[in-house]
Amino acid sequence: MEQNRRIRFIQGNEAIAEGAIAAGARFYAGYPITPSSEVAEVSSVRLPQVGGLYVQMEDEIGSIAAIIGASVAGKKSYTATSGPGFSLMQENLGVAVMAEVPCVIIDVQRSGPSTGLATKPAQGDVMQSRWGTHGDHGIIVISPSSVQDCYDLTIQAFNLSEKYRTPVIFLADEIVGHMREKAVLWEPSPDQIINRKKPTCDPKDYKPFKPDEDGIAPLAAYGSEYVFRVSGSTHDETGFANSKPDNADRFIRHYTDKIEKNKKDIVILRRFNLEDAEYAIVTFGCSTRSALEAMKIARNMGKKVGVLQLVTLWPFADDGVRELCRKVKGVVVPEMNLGQVIRELKRVNENNIPIVGVNKVNSEAITPFEILAGIEEVER
Amino acid sequence: MSNMKFDDYLVKNKFPLFWCGGCGNGNVLGAIVRAFEELQLDRKNTVVVTGIGCWGKADDYINTNAFHGTHGRALAFATGIKLANPELKVLVLMGDGDGATIGGNHLIHAARRNVDLTAIVVNNLNYGMTGGQYSGTTPEASYTSTSPYGHIEQGFDLCKLVEGAGAPYVARGSVYNIVQLQKLIVEALNKKGFSFVEAIAPCPTHFGRRNGMKTGPKMLNWIKENSVNIKQAEKLSPEEREKKFVLGKFVDRDKEDYSTKYEKIFAIAENAE
Repeated sequence: MEQNRRIRFIQGNEAIAEGAIAAGARFYAGYPITPSSEVAEVSSVRLPQVGGLYVQMEDEIGSIAAIIGASVAGKKSYTATSGPGFSLMQENLGVAVMAEVPCVIIDVQRSGPSTGLATKPAQGDVMQSRWGTHGDHGIIVISPSSVQDCYDLTIQAFNLSEKYRTPVIFLADEIVGHMREKAVLWEPSPDQIINRKKPTCDPKDYKPFKPDEDGIAPLAAYGSEYVFRVSGSTHDETGFANSKPDNADRFIRHYTDKIEKNKKDIVILRRFNLEDAEYAIVTFGCSTRSALEAMKIARNMGKKVGVLQLVTLWPFADDGVRELCRKVKGVVVPEMNLGQVIRELKRVNENNIPIVGVNKVNSEAITPFEILAGIEEVER
Repeated sequence: MSNMKFDDYLVKNKFPLFWCGGCGNGNVLGAIVRAFEELQLDRKNTVVVTGIGCWGKADDYINTNAFHGTHGRALAFATGIKLANPELKVLVLMGDGDGATIGGNHLIHAARRNVDLTAIVVNNLNYGMTGGQYSGTTPEASYTSTSPYGHIEQGFDLCKLVEGAGAPYVARGSVYNIVQLQKLIVEALNKKGFSFVEAIAPCPTHFGRRNGMKTGPKMLNWIKENSVNIKQAEKLSPEEREKKFVLGKFVDRDKEDYSTKYEKIFAIAENAE
């Protein structure tokens, strides 16, 4: 049976669930919602086979709460949802930030706002994934563009979550979640899996929010030798509420810094034909597929076009994009929204090169030809 | 484990208690900690989960593991904690606004799901922390900061609600009858499955002040005057009963809890294709 699982023709959502289990996740709590439900269904089959728990909660608010609780009790945990459910999760996403609880939230994006077109794709949650929960914080957001990505990058999402003691958002979309492709479900070796740091100090000296030299505090599990408290209220190193201004300042900066200052380790970019490129397509998620096709067609037409894929959307790849904007004459940014990622490009575009958005919100995928039209526009 | 004393379960350097004079929260906290002592709970294996509100501060004073989450969601956090590690003793402390109004959906589903948790809702009949607005348990015709002309909604009977949702243990005590309350908490902690104890408590600062009971003693006396035990309640007409706090144990039945049932799922899944 294990052998059969090596190479499979499966759906993106299925690969996400398999990736989570391969990463060591053993707890899922969720609420059914299109187009993410297959992540739940596959998890309900697979988790109990490996000693893991699947529980269906009464709503998405409870779902994210349950995975946060399970994580502090020692289990790697995840949930999956789509736009409306992701909106409901925003308050408790802040708890995971504030209490520094590793967990992975999968958002298979669909057309919004509100109920929108429930079965249709979109890439409209880019900013919500960054700023949806109130207050300043850093966040890691990863966006897959293939079924193989759904497997590989889900493992990566858990690793980063454990390493930085932070929630990670896996920002898929209906196209990638529902497409079927060949995927290799490789078995990670122990050194490819990161587990959260556990305390080694005397239990009476343990402070759950006192960072080590690497900026990250070890996290014990409930039921261990370490008695500790976590809190969604502003707290000090002990986890007790603390309302002193200097304490609040220190911790709120810490939530941002521990992500933003580790960009070099966190950010993944994929570069295609950028060495000699005069024009670039900067893309992410499902739109990457059309971007690569547009690049091929453009190259056949003799145009020097390359692609930069933002696998990590947040923290934003300032350096990589800034460097690109210095090299090329113009950039096209296809997004299935009205321009969310393009704002970040414009922020780092020091030389003021032309940047053109190809934006589509009619629930249909962006075609390579629409991107080619964008390239023509940027050439002018 | 050495013999644990009352004081060993308290975080005494956080004293004095944050709550107003005449508030019942300190009394309920005392009953809980005495119950811990009676049961000799292992601090390492105990998690107190709180929501947000006056009573949500209770974990600050309890020297076990603690999880202080968001308003209304304590039971959902607790569900994850307990299911991830069924060996833990998980106590969930919520207020009436917190656990029974904004968190009402989690309350009924936690009861229905029968996760082995003990939920204690301190019901002071209003939102104390935010200035005494009406909650889902505020009695009809009473005055609060947002029902200045008299409240026109009916308050929840939380015990009936939780009983209807399927909980195996449901009881109500009051701060006036503190010995009984402690006994109910001990029973609830001993119960395998979802156990629920409502504690009627005075809030003289807000609810009392607006309803002719400015002091703690006056409000306690009002609670006493309006409380009946289950036997006495049987003699009352439904209309009379509705106006009283019926105290005692309503449900104590055996039901297999969620984690025990899930053990069987593991066995089935292991042999599945």
